[in-house]
Amino acid sequence: MNILDFIQTDWLYGLAGGLVIGLSAAIYLLVNGRVMGASGILGGLVDGSGYVTAMERLSFIGGLVFVPALFAVFVGAPETHLTGNWIVLIAAGLLVGVGTRIANGCTSGHGVCGISRFSLRGMVATVFYIGAGGVTVMLFKHILGVI
Amino acid sequence: MRNFFAALAGGTFGVGLMLSGMTDTAKVQGWLDVFGNWDPTLAFVMGGAILPMLIAWQIAERRHRSALGNLIPERPEPRVGRNLVLGSVMFGAGWGLAGLCPGPSLAALSYNGIDGFVFVGSMIAGMLIAVPVKARMTAAKPA
Repeated sequence: MNILDFIQTDWLYGLAGGLVIGLSAAIYLLVNGRVMGASGILGGLVDGSGYVTAMERLSFIGGLVFVPALFAVFVGAPETHLTGNWIVLIAAGLLVGVGTRIANGCTSGHGVCGISRFSLRGMVATVFYIGAGGVTVMLFKHILGVI
Repeated sequence: MRNFFAALAGGTFGVGLMLSGMTDTAKVQGWLDVFGNWDPTLAFVMGGAILPMLIAWQIAERRHRSALGNLIPERPEPRVGRNLVLGSVMFGAGWGLAGLCPGPSLAALSYNGIDGFVFVGSMIAGMLIAVPVKARMTAAKPA
């Protein structure tokens, strides 16, 4: 990326978007009394462990999918640069699905909600998933050249 | 009421993810690419998201109950075990491979085309596979 672009806008969008993410987690905690973790909310529906709170989970996911869809239609979709390599997508999806359920959380649950509560588990998880992500990008981008 | 606020939180989360650039896999992989053209945006996103939550946890733990009346989730036991570490390593590897984590994969479902569905479908399959895997890992754990 262009360093000048970053100085001008990227960090500001990042910070503003981050504040909005934090606001959404605060609403979910203070109003609904729940930890906003994307993998937990979806995972509880997928494996049935969150059956009792299914409507609340579905409502959250509905908002998460449809509000950006409205933006995409009326304002325009941002660039995503998602790979079209299905082998990579399937492997990555499986790893994310299995890993987040075994670790009991992802970037939103362990990262945003865990770190802000000074949770040791959240901090340790964040160190390991960022570390593993860094090693993966180094290996598959710079050494193997497949992503 | 509960469902309305859940949808509101989900929608707000989606807008934040979109605005922050976290549905752009190039930005996420750029953040993880410490040895390449490193992109520090994600640090600002994380920092920005943690700020309101620092205040929210203070309020929540003082009041013990949410506005809709249920108890604030208890602080989990600070147990750092094999599941937490191994699971996070697997998650991080997948996150690095595709540049998507669960939240952004759902937020961008409407504009990622068929590839986005392939990722989310595989993630859901992974969540199902995790059930017996986790049961076995927990059972195999030495007491």
